[in-house]
Amino acid sequence: MTATNLNEATLQYAVRLGDDALILGHRLSEWCSKAPFLEEDLALTNVALDYIGRARMFYSYAAKLSGDGRSEDSFAYLRDCREFTNLLLHELPRGDFAFTMARQYLVDEYALAFMHALLDSSDQQLAGIAAKTVKESKYHLRRSRDWILRLGDGTAESHQRLQTAVDDLWGYTHELFELDELETSLVAAGIAVDSSALKPAWAAAVRTTLDEATIVVPADGWSVRGGRQGMHTESLGHLLSELQFMQRAYPGLEW
Amino acid sequence: MSEHMKLYEVFIRSRRGLDHKHVGSLHAEDSAQALEYARDVYTRRSEGVSIWVVNSSDIVASQEGDCESFYDPLDDKPYRHATHYQLPDEVNNM
Repeated sequence: MTATNLNEATLQYAVRLGDDALILGHRLSEWCSKAPFLEEDLALTNVALDYIGRARMFYSYAAKLSGDGRSEDSFAYLRDCREFTNLLLHELPRGDFAFTMARQYLVDEYALAFMHALLDSSDQQLAGIAAKTVKESKYHLRRSRDWILRLGDGTAESHQRLQTAVDDLWGYTHELFELDELETSLVAAGIAVDSSALKPAWAAAVRTTLDEATIVVPADGWSVRGGRQGMHTESLGHLLSELQFMQRAYPGLEW
Repeated sequence: MSEHMKLYEVFIRSRRGLDHKHVGSLHAEDSAQALEYARDVYTRRSEGVSIWVVNSSDIVASQEGDCESFYDPLDDKPYRHATHYQLPDEVNNM
């Protein structure tokens, strides 16, 4: 790859990771004041803030790479659905509490391994962001894993809700481990994480947790993909209409 | 949900060398979860380096009504205070 191409590819990669973080952070923030009880409300929104902070770091870096005056806000507020490249798992509506925690657990197992791998990136900025996020992800995982055990091995209703959530989410997890051309070339350049290599350890960890929670691991029957190419579920548009409302209605608004 | 959960008292040590101080309480299913929530509820602005959580029901407290027998008798024993004693001039600090 030429230096210009590499720069553009790295920018797109940073935007992808920023999109993952922003969209999941927004989904978590939707629980603010609606969580089952006060302590959990604060904990969930803490995690939401961690993700939004993560999005800001990736977007800032992308803005710097662009060199054309774009800012982190341009990426967050002024792009439409098809330009967002987050993995679909992150954008699914928050559902009930079991769904939110199941998604969070599946993401946290992935995110911790991913950020560990990103520490070795030859791109110093990306490695630096990873170093900041690894500690957060460890804490997120401890929390979400704990909830999987509590809900799965809790009451008949919490068990049923968690099993349904895991079944509904499973088909969206395959996309986490697939590389397209852009990422394959960045892996070759030592910049991106080869997420396909993370799958065996992820699958083993998830299986151990779900077994312990008495939840049946779904069969790999169906799968959905497309987020990295901007092909999204209908729910992303609704999310963006809320997330972007202020900047769309009052362009350039500051506060 | 929280009415079925146990109440915990939270103590935080803000710096090494200082004592743990009572900062408040919270609800949780068990002590492990209480510790996690204490982190989220009471240390959001890096207030601490160490957290204790204690079942509120495990705290034995003196009662308001016991004041008379607990504390009043000490009022007429001023010799228990160092300030009761006249220090010789040669003793500068005590």
